[in-house]
Amino acid sequence: MFAYIVRRLFIGVILLIVMSLVTFILFFASPVDPARFACGKNCSLAQIEQTRKALGYDDGPLTQWTNFLEGVVVGRDYPDDPELRKNAPELIADCAAPCLGYSRVNQVTVASEIKEAFPVSLSLAILAFIMWIAGGILFGVIAAVTKGTVIDRGIVAFSLVFYAFPTFFIGLFLLKFIAIKWGLVDVPSYVSIGEGGVGTWLSNLFLPALTLALFFMAGYVRMTRAFVLESMSEDYIRTARAKGLKRGRVLYKHTMRAALTPLVTMAGLDFAGLMGGAIITESVFNFNGLGKLVVDANNTYDLPTLIGLVLLLGAFVIIANIIVDVLYAVIDPRVRVG
Amino acid sequence: MSFLSVRDLRVHFPTVDGIVKATDGLSFDLEKGKTLGIVGESGSGKSVSTSAILGLHRHTNAVVSGEILLDGVDLLKISDEDMRRRRGRDIAMIFQDPLSSMHPYYRVGNQIAEAYRVHHDVSRKAARARAIEMLDRVGIPQPDRRVDDYPHQFSGGMRQRAMIAMALINNPSLLIADEPTTALDVTVQAQILDLLQDLQRDFDAAVMIITHDLGVVAEMAHDVLVMYGGRCVEYGSTKEILTHPEMPYTWGLLSSIPEVDADPEAKLVPIPGNPPSLLSPPSGCHFHPRCAYRERVPGDLCRTVTPELTPGSRGDGHLKRCHLANPEIVYEQEVLPQIAPDLVEER
Repeated sequence: MFAYIVRRLFIGVILLIVMSLVTFILFFASPVDPARFACGKNCSLAQIEQTRKALGYDDGPLTQWTNFLEGVVVGRDYPDDPELRKNAPELIADCAAPCLGYSRVNQVTVASEIKEAFPVSLSLAILAFIMWIAGGILFGVIAAVTKGTVIDRGIVAFSLVFYAFPTFFIGLFLLKFIAIKWGLVDVPSYVSIGEGGVGTWLSNLFLPALTLALFFMAGYVRMTRAFVLESMSEDYIRTARAKGLKRGRVLYKHTMRAALTPLVTMAGLDFAGLMGGAIITESVFNFNGLGKLVVDANNTYDLPTLIGLVLLLGAFVIIANIIVDVLYAVIDPRVRVG
Repeated sequence: MSFLSVRDLRVHFPTVDGIVKATDGLSFDLEKGKTLGIVGESGSGKSVSTSAILGLHRHTNAVVSGEILLDGVDLLKISDEDMRRRRGRDIAMIFQDPLSSMHPYYRVGNQIAEAYRVHHDVSRKAARARAIEMLDRVGIPQPDRRVDDYPHQFSGGMRQRAMIAMALINNPSLLIADEPTTALDVTVQAQILDLLQDLQRDFDAAVMIITHDLGVVAEMAHDVLVMYGGRCVEYGSTKEILTHPEMPYTWGLLSSIPEVDADPEAKLVPIPGNPPSLLSPPSGCHFHPRCAYRERVPGDLCRTVTPELTPGSRGDGHLKRCHLANPEIVYEQEVLPQIAPDLVEER
């Protein structure tokens, strides 16, 4: 098992290197010249070239990419200019290894940008994850057990509504009515646990997390329902009933165990995707999370920030995949032994 | 009064297209220590009927009526909770496919012990010891080690042995085996049948064995009930039914068995056509569209009138559902020479 994990991690690292290369290529293949964009409309050619140098886009893409990789391993100084180091060392930003880059647009290292935004996205994702998993499985199982009744149809119809409405609509709706019009909660703004304690942290996260959770929950209700129904028709459930087990025990020990296994895969990957994918929700509630950072970096042609985030979010998905596969072996003995 | 007495059992499934009459008026008796074989094609209502005895049908989609008297208690009248407590304790079942019938995520011993602990207030350890004892009893080598295996680590025959151990762990007085050997190798089949017979003697249980293999019936059963289209079409002692069948469907079943030592001139005769639809079964005798002898019955009776279960020509509890006059003569003179010419010469 250990060797397996190491092998998977190794493949993951190679994958990340390839991803960074592809991102570099795509960035420079785009018809927009980042230097011209940063310099503005009325720049002379000389000014554009100067901006290009200042932004660090003067080398060829491949050189920049190898410099970037080198920075990840040993760290870099921005700008890497011996003359400047001699004359005005205070102008040089040091980026220690593993250096993901330095955003000249925002005048900070990418690492510190991520450090700022990461807790916001993580808090949001964790809370939303808990809410949607708990709600999705609970309502999915209830719907499966009461299949064909009013309760089942109600749950399915209700979840379809949330699935159909776009996140920005539900987010804005919750913000406008629950927070602003009725004043049931404060208008959310991110406060870390360190600053305001767990209570404040939770109450501020509640609405945006709910927005995300409602959307995912809808899908999970439908999937849980389908998986439980499928599992209920298995032969081994008939065996469990033939043994004389109580209904509840058949349901939670035999049916659910088998039904929820496929959900582990989905949940793990959805969680990883959510880390940088809650763009709309973060925008609606004005939370400065990773998703918002990606969009901003994209709008300002901020290559270092983009690369850093692509790698970070890619790493999340890769790690989530490994965790899911390991969990699978824990859950399903056929995978473990065979 | 017999130990198990089923009277006019009906299992109907209401669907949007109409009522599916999977079992329509089934009656039979079974004593302790005896074995009843239920034979019929797929979809003839064998499994549905036995599931009803175990109370496995859900009230939401099945309508079960009639009487199932086990030791004098009507299983269709008792509460769901009472039925649950009898399930696995008084009545146990072995299923067709032992791999899909065991939960893939739990250890074999765990699943067997669970069956014991539902009905006995014992510790995990005691239940485990009991599971090992049962695994040993059904002939699993090194049971104290294999008890911790998962089902996929067992071979097909061992899985079925483990299922038998699970079924017998509470000393049930009625054991239902639903095609217990269909999914197994031929060599393993014989072992499993031997084991079942062996255990039946020890436990003195009543056994119902569902099969479409008349060889299994000949080996195991004291009585045979032949089902067709949800109804009993012939019922009697195994010897009687196998040597003097009086219903063309049973003749068809007998003539479709390949035999190693059969006369090379004997023909293997399949029954033409398909099993009847249970949603809209044929009028009159359900078998008439496939029956080669319906022309012999005057007045189109087979198509219009449902034959009753009537005593066969040799009496002795033999019942058949057929309009044909003198079926015993037709069998002796026409059917037997075709399917077993060697037997005719002996007689």
